[in-house]
Amino acid sequence: MKVRVKFAKEGAMKFIGHLDIMRYFQKAIKRAGIDVAYSEGFSPHMIMSFAAPLGVGVTSTAEYFDMEINTPISSREAVKRLNEVMVEGMEVKSFRKIPDGKANTAMALVAAADYYVEFREGMEPEAGWKDKINAFIERSEILIVKKTKKNEKEVDIRPYIYDMHLEGDRIFLKLAAGSVKNTKPELVMEAFFAFCEQEFDSFRFTIHRAEVYADKGTEECRNLISLEDLGEEIE
Amino acid sequence: MRKLALSDEILLKIEKPASYIGNEVNSVMKNKDEVDIRFCMAFPDVYSIGMSHLGIQILYDMFNKREDTWCERVYSPWPDLDAIMREKKIPLFALESQDKIKDFDFLGITLQYEMCYTNVLQILDLAQMPLRAKDRGEEYPLVMGGGPCSYNPEPLAPFFDMFYIGEGETVFNDLLDEYKAYKKAGKSKKEFLERAAEIPGIYVPAFYDVEYHEDGTIASFKPNNPHAKEKIEKQVVMDITNTYYPTKPVVPFIKATQDRVTLEIQRGCIRGCRFCQAGMLYRPTREKDVEVLKETAKAMLESTGHEEISLSSLSSSDYSKLPELIDYLIEECSQRKVNISLPSLRIDAFSLDVMSKVQDIKKSSLTFAPEAGSQRLRDVINKGLTEEVILEGAGKAFDGGWTRVKLYFMLGLPTETEEDMKGIAHLAEAIAKRYYEIPKDQRHGKCQIVVSTSFFVPKPFTPFQWASMFRKEDYLDKAKIVKEEIKAQLNQKSIKYNYHEADVTVLEGILARGDRKVADVLEATYRKGAIFDAWSEYFRYDLWMEAFQEAGIDPEFYTLRERPLDEIFPWDFISIGVTRKFLENEWKKAQQEVVTPNCKMQCSGCGAGKYKGGICVEG
Repeated sequence: MKVRVKFAKEGAMKFIGHLDIMRYFQKAIKRAGIDVAYSEGFSPHMIMSFAAPLGVGVTSTAEYFDMEINTPISSREAVKRLNEVMVEGMEVKSFRKIPDGKANTAMALVAAADYYVEFREGMEPEAGWKDKINAFIERSEILIVKKTKKNEKEVDIRPYIYDMHLEGDRIFLKLAAGSVKNTKPELVMEAFFAFCEQEFDSFRFTIHRAEVYADKGTEECRNLISLEDLGEEIE
Repeated sequence: MRKLALSDEILLKIEKPASYIGNEVNSVMKNKDEVDIRFCMAFPDVYSIGMSHLGIQILYDMFNKREDTWCERVYSPWPDLDAIMREKKIPLFALESQDKIKDFDFLGITLQYEMCYTNVLQILDLAQMPLRAKDRGEEYPLVMGGGPCSYNPEPLAPFFDMFYIGEGETVFNDLLDEYKAYKKAGKSKKEFLERAAEIPGIYVPAFYDVEYHEDGTIASFKPNNPHAKEKIEKQVVMDITNTYYPTKPVVPFIKATQDRVTLEIQRGCIRGCRFCQAGMLYRPTREKDVEVLKETAKAMLESTGHEEISLSSLSSSDYSKLPELIDYLIEECSQRKVNISLPSLRIDAFSLDVMSKVQDIKKSSLTFAPEAGSQRLRDVINKGLTEEVILEGAGKAFDGGWTRVKLYFMLGLPTETEEDMKGIAHLAEAIAKRYYEIPKDQRHGKCQIVVSTSFFVPKPFTPFQWASMFRKEDYLDKAKIVKEEIKAQLNQKSIKYNYHEADVTVLEGILARGDRKVADVLEATYRKGAIFDAWSEYFRYDLWMEAFQEAGIDPEFYTLRERPLDEIFPWDFISIGVTRKFLENEWKKAQQEVVTPNCKMQCSGCGAGKYKGGICVEG
């Protein structure tokens, strides 16, 4: 049976990199005694696939990985057992059955993600930045310079920003994610700082990932469904 | 949530921030207001190395079992963070509470190798404590040393309040009980140290005076305080089965050098190799009960979720119940999908069978440690491994499908001749030849033989403690002789040669057998900017030599002298059970190329029998 695990990574755990989080879960699953599938050979490895790596320094309440289990277990029991072996800052949110097949893996499905950007105390841009969000997002084109190894090229990120608005003091972003179309919250903020004519420093704000979605709609009309909602509870 | 000692800004700028945040699985959090003693255990090297160390895990578990004590950990900040902490004056902190170490009751520093000594000073300095014990007032923690290098603590003597000589499981609880009573009674540090000095195994360096002859050797070493003992007795746990062992070791987030469960199966070694300090220090050999080991292995795998387990001991092949233990582990681990990492076993039919079960033959290699290139020199060092045995083992392995062999040797051993050095090349050639005797259609391409040599460093409490070392240039000449002789062999294309750095060897030699005079040089070198000497990219031989010159101390006094038999050594005040008489006799036998049988074959009366246990009693 294929299952999808949703987890949160907060507090000091934001300093643990993606590869170490994978190792952390390999060990946690062993500690929780969940019977998962392994690769063959002399050094068997747990078959896991993560949805979208999270950068060091970013917190999240919506991280996902898929794995295969040999012995069925109820969602409730699995979440309980996993949370018993978590460290502070890590929490398993759900454990759900997902359909088989390569097209259904979390990594293949990722199409969009929600983020909250919050300024660190005393590091907010100059007054009036809140009023500039609408003007920023209403433009038909937002050009940024992307540096590659060989050259620099201008890219329009506007099509990848699905939503941007203010929620209290935080900026909410819904951005394209995944292998085909994607942009990062840092890039959007860099463009926004440029638009406000302020010096950019990625240390001025913190980023929190709030959800990751698959797109079950058509080319013309998006229908974003969270990766969690594509799975079903195991009784 | 805990507040971290370092800001986000710093943590996002440095390498491996996970090394400084604590919060690991099985790390212990307590309420600091509910404990009487706060102990910080330090490993003076980088986190990923320190986290692989078993000794700290044992003591961490043992201390935290006490309700009145909270034991935390600290490791050397890497140079990137070191520079930031100095610049911003951030005091060194313990990982669990993130509190300043300077406010703790104890700072215990484990001394695993000599090349970490400048990092010991780095830890004290970053903790914003005076380096020297005499300059640290009542407000500072008691600084304690332990581990193998504390068997000659003298180069570090002025920096420590006390050293614990021997295995931690014995009198540490007594020491902590005493400390608690003294703290409650509001008594002074000196009063506590006087009481501590009476506890077996505890050495308080300030309570001893050393006088020197004009030639620099020690004239006398005497207590200057009535509470200090003449001799410090090494501490040994005689019942090694029923003692502390951590069933819930701390599991780091980042990959440690040894990212696995470590199961200690025995302490001590029956072999008596004359160059080996551990082989003498940890006598007598004591085995752990196999049933307890099975239970412990299971509990540790369950509590950590580790994907690998390895056995720890000085010579695992000598553990009497090894086949039973390995059979159990193979069964248990295949169910749990856990890999077994085998320690270097003696290569024979049993070990080859085990290896073929747990490793991919195509990817794994065989390891032999002949240590010396000729039978003559192997007799000198009492390494009972013959060319015949090596060739037989390698032959069996080649027939079984292995193609890779690793060989470890030492250069610069006492009595070594050019023939002995060339013997290294000849032995490698003989092994390669044995491989190519297999018909072409039955072997798997070429064989690969990797020869590695290190330079021998004489250590205290070994039969070679009297031996002379060599100059850096002489070591490099020796390596060149081996290199050229390997090139002259028929199968040289199948033999690869690596050798260890020579300047580090010289320094290690000075520190290993150094006296209190070396402490000034150590501090001066540290002040010049030396840290992480164990890392070749940071090791600064020039700074050390500069400091020796400025102090007017000749480093060759420590390295190039063969000591007379009656010289007083800096470490003579410690008793390890094995007598100086026995070591002296072994030194003479070495020069006569006479071997000494191992403890299982025959008792040689080394002195460790006084502990009345282990191999000495069980035979």
